[in-house]
Amino acid sequence: MRLRRSRLYVPGNNPKMIPPAGLYGADVISLDLEDSVPLEYKTDARMLVSEALKVIDFGPATEVTVRINPMSTPYGKWDIKQIVSEKLHGIYIPKVESREDVIQVDDIVTDLEEKKGLPIGRIKLFATLETAKGIINAYDIARCSKRLEALTIGGEDLTADLGGERSSTGTAINTARSMVLLAAKAAGIQAIDTVYSDFGDPEGLRKETEMIKTMGYDGKACIHPSQVEIIHSVFDPTPEQILYAVRVKMAIEEAKKKGSGAVALGAKMIDRPIVLKAERVLEIAKMADLDIPSPEEVTEMMQQKAKKSGGGDD
Amino acid sequence: MVKISDVEWVENSLGRKVPRSIDGVELIPYKGPFAHRPVKDHKYGPKLGYVASEENEVVKTLGEAMEKIGLKDGMTISFHHHFRNGDHVMNMVLAEIERKGIKDLILAPSSTFPCQEEAIIRCIMNGTIKKVEGGSARGEFGRLVSSGRYLNQPMRIRSHGGRVRAIEAGDIHVDVAFIGAPSADELGNLNAINGPSACGTINFAYADAHFADHVIAVTDHLVEYPNFPMSIGQELVDYVVVVDKIGDPNKIASGELRITNSPTRLKIAKDAMRIADLLGYVKEGMSFQAGAGGISLAFTEFLHQRMKEKGVKAAWAQGGTTKFLVEMLLDGTVKKLITGQAFDVAAIHNMKENPKIHVDLPIGAYANIHGRGCTVNKLDIVVLGATEVDLDYNVNSVTMSNGIIAEPVGGHSDTAAGASLTILTVPLFRGRYPVVVDRVNTVVTPGENIDVVVTERGIAMNPRRIDLLEKLASVKIPRDMKITTIEDLQRQAYEITQTKVEPNWGDEIVALIEYRDGTIIDVVRNVEPRYYDDAVFAEKEEKDVERREN
Repeated sequence: MRLRRSRLYVPGNNPKMIPPAGLYGADVISLDLEDSVPLEYKTDARMLVSEALKVIDFGPATEVTVRINPMSTPYGKWDIKQIVSEKLHGIYIPKVESREDVIQVDDIVTDLEEKKGLPIGRIKLFATLETAKGIINAYDIARCSKRLEALTIGGEDLTADLGGERSSTGTAINTARSMVLLAAKAAGIQAIDTVYSDFGDPEGLRKETEMIKTMGYDGKACIHPSQVEIIHSVFDPTPEQILYAVRVKMAIEEAKKKGSGAVALGAKMIDRPIVLKAERVLEIAKMADLDIPSPEEVTEMMQQKAKKSGGGDD
Repeated sequence: MVKISDVEWVENSLGRKVPRSIDGVELIPYKGPFAHRPVKDHKYGPKLGYVASEENEVVKTLGEAMEKIGLKDGMTISFHHHFRNGDHVMNMVLAEIERKGIKDLILAPSSTFPCQEEAIIRCIMNGTIKKVEGGSARGEFGRLVSSGRYLNQPMRIRSHGGRVRAIEAGDIHVDVAFIGAPSADELGNLNAINGPSACGTINFAYADAHFADHVIAVTDHLVEYPNFPMSIGQELVDYVVVVDKIGDPNKIASGELRITNSPTRLKIAKDAMRIADLLGYVKEGMSFQAGAGGISLAFTEFLHQRMKEKGVKAAWAQGGTTKFLVEMLLDGTVKKLITGQAFDVAAIHNMKENPKIHVDLPIGAYANIHGRGCTVNKLDIVVLGATEVDLDYNVNSVTMSNGIIAEPVGGHSDTAAGASLTILTVPLFRGRYPVVVDRVNTVVTPGENIDVVVTERGIAMNPRRIDLLEKLASVKIPRDMKITTIEDLQRQAYEITQTKVEPNWGDEIVALIEYRDGTIIDVVRNVEPRYYDDAVFAEKEEKDVERREN
């Protein structure tokens, strides 16, 4: 599964904002044909985005996606027809309420891939749940297509649908956040959180990102490039976490060599959840291009640490 | 005006053709950043004065002061630009000179602002001013200079340090310096921290005060003798004129300078900070200068955060001071602050509050290469902007892509030469015009002094700085920072904007770009058609489109 810590929205009708969209380090960019495009510009935006997909290099590390209009409008289908192309990596489907909403898109995309001679199944799908009905059907939706790689939650629309109010604590949508997360993880796909709309409030963004990361979310959408770095800094494992993960791996290797079943690190037993966590940390670190010390470096670091503290471990 | 066919040309060390002489005055071609030593042994000497014990130097009107010192046709008058776009002094002085019918003056300001354009242009048109020894020319004034139509001699464009050098060497002989003084006493002790038009410092007038034959202070705040601090002393000032208002405080200082919101500009600023950090320059005891442009302010802010993260303190910083530098001083991230110009209210206020750790200094001490020491040489990092940069890393910060003079040099070439790490921060293109080009319209700062060019689409390292390249090879570069070549940046820029359009140069020399050591680094030619009359560039574009389509 790809690294999707940050997903940057780019208005699909803004020719000035699209070309530099890949420069800010976001893992995913979503050229938006939906909410940021007024009705009278839907056609212009669709043409602009399809041209941009052909000619603009958004960088090798960027997952390039388009948020289409809801399938309940005529624009949804038109959007897909025009954007399916070689450089498109994925499609975000808004206002998904049932599995049919996703399957419909899957079928159209498959059809277009065949017609255009593109590899079948390469274009991924992402379902955004932003109504009470969609949330209730989350698990059903999460399992409906092989192309589906993540569920995302749409905070603004959902709050409105629920009749609640947006707040810094997320009271109105936190239950839905949990339900989307459970559904996604049960289906073995990722969960991506909604935007933090006040881009003038980096601390608020950091707090909310910390919260959803603690819950188990894999990433968060952003509406301004300045949010990307903050989100990454929350999702990226710290050097200490990476070091610990390497040591866990080393301890397992060591135990394997010795043929020992029980693995210990210092005075602590290493059980399966710890191993899985360590593997996840290293996987993210590798994908995020963070420094991972080699076993030799770790051994040296630990020896130096022991010298400094006069022996002892952990 | 001087025709290009009328002069003998010689190539300087950058391969730029410059005249051997103009109007019988021999010019020295640029030879390298530190290659040219002073030609004269001694500084220029101003006139001796005379003051009797009972004398009070306050006079009632500008006109009276001009009569007393004998201002007449052909003299050189100078001004400082500390009141920025709120200056009233130059306009008042020029209006009085026009009333007196004095003609053919040479105007030698440290810089000019839009609020003065109307008066300057009027005085050039009616023959009051015959030549400009800038400073700079922006806006309409810049267009007038570039038109080549109304001034008979090329304008001299100098850096801050270069202007002081020229004054001390007598290259600019100032007959009368008019110094706007936010506070003054009856004998002419002046400072800039008190009074309704307080601007923090008036040190751009320091050289003028010392080397002009006559000094007239203009104030709206006469205080009891003696006026402390004596930033410019009584021994230098002939007369003090008291007027109603010397400036508009709301325009002298920006109330609230804001960091850019543009994501690409922010990326450039952040990458500039990160590259300085990767190269090992963000460290305990460092020094830096960054200006008040959008990218520079953001750089200062990012640097501030990074220094706090690392727990390092700068020994000193200098500016172009803004609240962002003041904040660093106040929380101890910067230990000492040196101000050449105060850009906002916070800077002016802090100069008064913290005189022990926040000082101003004469511009000669800031940047004069032919002095005996200047702060730019002790800078670790400087961050600069530009209108263009080329494959030789040569920088243009004076003419626009269309060749018209529009920006001042400021301390560009001074700080670039002095600082250990000179970072140029520019967008790859502006509108339809590439900024990274194969050859700049006008060289202002030589490529020898530019170490890193940071754009939103990549960072180019000057291959001359082998030490920096080696350092960079030994560190891990974050994935979202692209280190590339200047050629690659230029290629990307041309790909996006299609190509660089050469200015429609005419056959006259309208300005000489003087390097900080007095040599000539480049010339600016007039731009045809004469936009000053045609006024709007867009009009020409429309005509061009029409012509192509017909």
